[in-house]
Amino acid sequence: MNRRDFNKAAAAVGVASAFSPLNVRAQAQKLKVGVLLPRSGFQGLIGQSCQKGADLAPGVIRQMLGVDIELMNADTETNVDTARTRAERLIQEGANVLCGPFDSGAAAAIAQVAEQRGVPFIINIAAAPQITEQGYKFVFRNFPTAIDLTVNGLALIGDLFRVTNTVPRTAVFMHVNDTFGQAMNKGISATLPRLTNLPFRIVDTIAYDPAAKDLTVEVSKAKAANADFLLLVCRLNDAIILRREMVKQRWHPMGVVSPGSPGMYEEQFSKALGPIANYCISNAPWFNPKTNMTKVVKSAFAKANPKENFVFHGTNVVYTYESILIAADAFKRAKSTDPKALAEAIRQTNITDRTVLGGPLKFNAKGQVEGNLSACTQNLNGEPRVVLPESAAEAKPVFPAPDYKKA
Amino acid sequence: MPLDLVVNVTIAGVLTGMVYGLMALGLSVIFGVVRVVNFAHGEMMTIAMYAAVALFTLWGVDPFLAAIPVGAAFFALGYLMQAGLINPFITRPEHSQFMLMVAVALIMVNGMLMAFGPDARNVQIGYQLESWELGKILFDKPRVYAAAMALATSGLLFLFFKATLVGKAIRACADNYLGARVVGLNVKHLYALTFGLGSACVAIAGCMMILLVDVTPNLGPSYTLLAFIIVIVGGLGSMTGALLGGVLIGLSEALAGLFIQPSAKSMFGFGLLILVLLFRPQGLMGKKS
Amino acid sequence: MTPRSRILLALLGAFLLALPWVVNPYLLSVATLILYLAYTGQAWNVMMGFAGQLSLGHSLYVGVGAYVSAAIFFHYGIGPWAGMWLSIALCVAIGAAIGFLAFRFGISGVYFALLTIAFSEFFRIGFDHLQWTGGSGGLFLKVAQRDQIDLGNFRGPPAMYYYAILSLTVSALIFCSFLLKSKAGYYWLAIRENEEAAQALGINTFRWKMLAVVISSAMTAVAGVFFAFYYNNLFPEQIFHISRSIEIILGPIIGGVGTLFGPILGAAVLTILADGITEILGALGWEIPGIKQVFYGIVMLLVIMFLPHGIWPPLARKFGLGK
Repeated sequence: MNRRDFNKAAAAVGVASAFSPLNVRAQAQKLKVGVLLPRSGFQGLIGQSCQKGADLAPGVIRQMLGVDIELMNADTETNVDTARTRAERLIQEGANVLCGPFDSGAAAAIAQVAEQRGVPFIINIAAAPQITEQGYKFVFRNFPTAIDLTVNGLALIGDLFRVTNTVPRTAVFMHVNDTFGQAMNKGISATLPRLTNLPFRIVDTIAYDPAAKDLTVEVSKAKAANADFLLLVCRLNDAIILRREMVKQRWHPMGVVSPGSPGMYEEQFSKALGPIANYCISNAPWFNPKTNMTKVVKSAFAKANPKENFVFHGTNVVYTYESILIAADAFKRAKSTDPKALAEAIRQTNITDRTVLGGPLKFNAKGQVEGNLSACTQNLNGEPRVVLPESAAEAKPVFPAPDYKKA
Repeated sequence: MPLDLVVNVTIAGVLTGMVYGLMALGLSVIFGVVRVVNFAHGEMMTIAMYAAVALFTLWGVDPFLAAIPVGAAFFALGYLMQAGLINPFITRPEHSQFMLMVAVALIMVNGMLMAFGPDARNVQIGYQLESWELGKILFDKPRVYAAAMALATSGLLFLFFKATLVGKAIRACADNYLGARVVGLNVKHLYALTFGLGSACVAIAGCMMILLVDVTPNLGPSYTLLAFIIVIVGGLGSMTGALLGGVLIGLSEALAGLFIQPSAKSMFGFGLLILVLLFRPQGLMGKKS
Repeated sequence: MTPRSRILLALLGAFLLALPWVVNPYLLSVATLILYLAYTGQAWNVMMGFAGQLSLGHSLYVGVGAYVSAAIFFHYGIGPWAGMWLSIALCVAIGAAIGFLAFRFGISGVYFALLTIAFSEFFRIGFDHLQWTGGSGGLFLKVAQRDQIDLGNFRGPPAMYYYAILSLTVSALIFCSFLLKSKAGYYWLAIRENEEAAQALGINTFRWKMLAVVISSAMTAVAGVFFAFYYNNLFPEQIFHISRSIEIILGPIIGGVGTLFGPILGAAVLTILADGITEILGALGWEIPGIKQVFYGIVMLLVIMFLPHGIWPPLARKFGLGK
C-alpha cells in the first residue's frame, strides 16, 4: 500500500464502505479491465499463454470495435489467497471489470469478491460446474463446463469413428486424479451409457496421480486391458510421461483420444516427444480457424510473438481474448463504466463474429455461455490440426494410427 | 492378473527404485554426517537437470558424460554452500535449519523460473524410448542405465568412505563430533567436503533423471520429500540403505499401484515411512545410536 | 507487561477494531489474511515454541477442520458453530494419535517433523479419494447473500469475517499468555530446554507434550473452520499441501518462535512484505514471473541468518516491551 491509497482511504471515513464502491463516471471513455492470471507458480506456463491473448486484445478491439481498453494485469501466482487479494486490489484501483483466472479454485475465490463488490467477473477458462451454480449476478463464464466438455467430446468421438469408418469396441480410460479429471470421469460415467451411437464400452478405468513422475504401473495396467484405444484425460506433464511409457512398453493401440482435456495439443508435448506425439487426438475447446476475427487475432498474435506458433496457444489466447471482448462489447452498448450497467449489458451479449468455435456468444440465466464447441484436433506433422467438425476442418483425421498393432 | 504384468511391474518398480535411491544417496551422505536438514535437495537436483539439458542443447553432450563436469561443479558449489552459508546453522535448532533451506529452495526455484521459463525442458536421445525384450518381459533402457549408474556411484562412495583417509575422517566426524575435534580433525573442512560430495551425487542423479523426466522449475519439492523418506527408511549415512530404501519405496508403490489403486500409490511410501519411524527409526541399514 | 507495552497494545487494539471503517476493502482482505496467518501461526507456536515439537504438517489440522465442518454443513445443513466442535474433536484425536505414536516411540526433532509431513500427505491423498467430500474435484459450499449477517451459518460481509478472525486472534493471544504463565508454561520451558533433565526432576514429559499437541491441533482446527466458511471451496491439493504447512510456520519463525507476539508480527511483516515487493516491482516495471519470490526468499534468508530468534525479541528489547 502506498501513501496515496492510504490517504484516499482515510478521507473516505464517513462514507461507509459497507456499500459496494461505485466508480461512477458519466460518459467514461475508457474501460479498465483487470486481468488475473497465474503467471508464476505451478500454472505459470498456461497463465503466460493466456496473457498473450490479453495483451493483444486492446489493439484488436480498438480496431474491430472502436473501443478503448486499459488492461490492469495481476499475477495470481497459482495461489487462492493471492487471487483473492489481487482481485480486491484491482477493484480498489478502479477496475470496472475482472477477467481470468484460468483455475477453478481461483475463479471461485475471485467470484465471491466480484459478487460482494458488485463488479462483473468474466471467466476465461475454468471448468468446474459449480461456479455458475451459485446464483451469482456478477459472474459470467465463457467456457464450457466439465459436463459440456464431456458431452461435446464424446459426440466428436462418435463423429471420428463415423468419418474414418472404424468401429472400436473397447476402450481403456485413464484420467488424472485431480479436479479436472474427476469431473470428467463423473461426466463420462453419466453420459456414455446414454450415447447409444457410440460403439465402444470402457473395459477399465485407471486414475493416476497428476504429480507422479513415473507411470509405469498405470501404463502396464492399461496395456493389459487389451482395449482397442486409449481414452485419456490428462494434463501436459503426465501426457508426455504416459506417451513415452507407451512406446517403451510397446503398446500401440488404435489411437490416443482425449474427450476434452489439455495436454496433447500443447507445444511442449510435440516438442518433447517429436514424432511419437503425432496422431494423438484431443477434443478440446478450440478456435475456429475459418472466421474473420480469428484471422485478425492470429495476425496480431504473430506480430507480438514472432517466435511463437499460434496454434499451440490458440485456445488460451482466444478464450482470454473473448473474455475481454465481452467486456468491451458490453461497454460499447452500456455507454458507461457503472458496474451494474455493465453487468446488465453483459447479460444481453450476442456476439456472432467470434474467434471461438461454437455458436453465437450468449449467456444463459446462470451467466454461462452455452454452445461453445470442442474441435477434434489431431497432431499431424508436429502441430495440432482441426480435423472435425468438417465445417472447420483443416485436415482429415488418421484413425487408427499408422503404428497400430492389434494386441 | 497375468503373470507377465506382475513381473514387468515388479522389475519396473525395482529399477525406478534404484533411480530414487541414487537421488537419495546425496542426502544420505549429507544428512548422515553433517546432520543438516537440506530441504533444498530436490531443487539442487533440478538445477543439475537444467545443467544437463543446457550441455546437451548447446554441445550435444550425452547426460552420462555430462555427469562428470556437472558433478564436479556441484561439488564445488556444495562445498561453498556448506562452508559459507550453512555452517553457522549446524548448532541452531532444526526449525531454523529448515527455514534456511526453505528460503534457499524458494530462491532456487524462482531463479530457475526466471532463467529458463516455465516450459518443461528435456533431452532427446535415441535410447530414451528403447527397451530390451525378453519374451514378454520388458527392460526399460534408460532406467537400466540409470540403475547401473546408481550402483556404480554408491560403489565408489562406499570405497571412498571405507578405504581413503579422508573418508575415514568424515565417518569419524559423523560418529563422534567431539572426539573428532579432539583428535584434531578440521571438522569444518570435512563437513564442507561431505556436502560437496553429497551435492556431486545429487548432480549425477539429476543427469540420470533427465533421461526419464522432463524438468520444470517446480520439480524439486516432491523429490525432496521422497529423498527424505528413502533416507529415513534406508538408514542415515548408509549407502546401501539409500539404494535399498529407494528400491523398497519404488517396489511398494508399484505393487500398490498395481493391486490397489494407482492414484493412491504415494500413500504407501508415506505409510512405510510412518511404520519405519515407529518401529525401526534408525532405518533398515542404519546403526542404533 | 510493562506500562509502555500496555499503552501500545491498547492503541493497536483500537486501531484493529476500527479498521473496517477506516480502510478500503482491499486492505481489509489483506488484514483478514494477516490475522488468519497470525492465528494459525500462534496455534502452531504452542506446539513448537512452547513445547519444542517441530510440526511441518500443520496443514493437516486446517484441512481436517475445514473439511469436517464444511462437509456436515454441505450434507446436513448443520452450521459451523456446531460443526466446529466436531472438527476440533477430530483434529484433537488425530493430533493425539500422532503425538502418542511419536512420543511413546521416542521420535523427536527432524524425525518428528517428517512424521508430521507423512501424516499430512497421507491425508491429502486420502481426501483426494474421498468422494463424500467431493474428492479432488473439491467441495463447494453454497454462497448465500453476503450483505446480511447470518451469524448462525457464519455468512455475511467481509467485515464480519474480519471481526471473527480478530476475536479469534485476540483470544488466542490471551489464552497463550495465560498458558505461558501457568504450570504448563513452566513445564514446557523445562522440557524445551532439556527434556532429560526435566524427566529426571519427575515431570511427566509425555503428558505435557501431549497437552501441547492437543491444544495446538484444537486451535488449528478452528482456523480450518474459518477458512472453510470464508473461502467456501476446498480442494485437498490446496489445503493439505505442504506449502500451506510452510506458510503457517513462516510467521512464527520470522517473528519469533516461542514468543507471544512473534507469530502476529511475523504474519504482518511477511504479508506486507509480499504485497510490498509486488507493488515495488510493478512500479519499476520488472514484471518477470518469479522475481518477486526471489526477493521474498532473499529477505527470509537475511532474517534467518541475522535474526535467529526472530524479529520480535530485538524489537521488544529495544522498545522495552516485554514478552
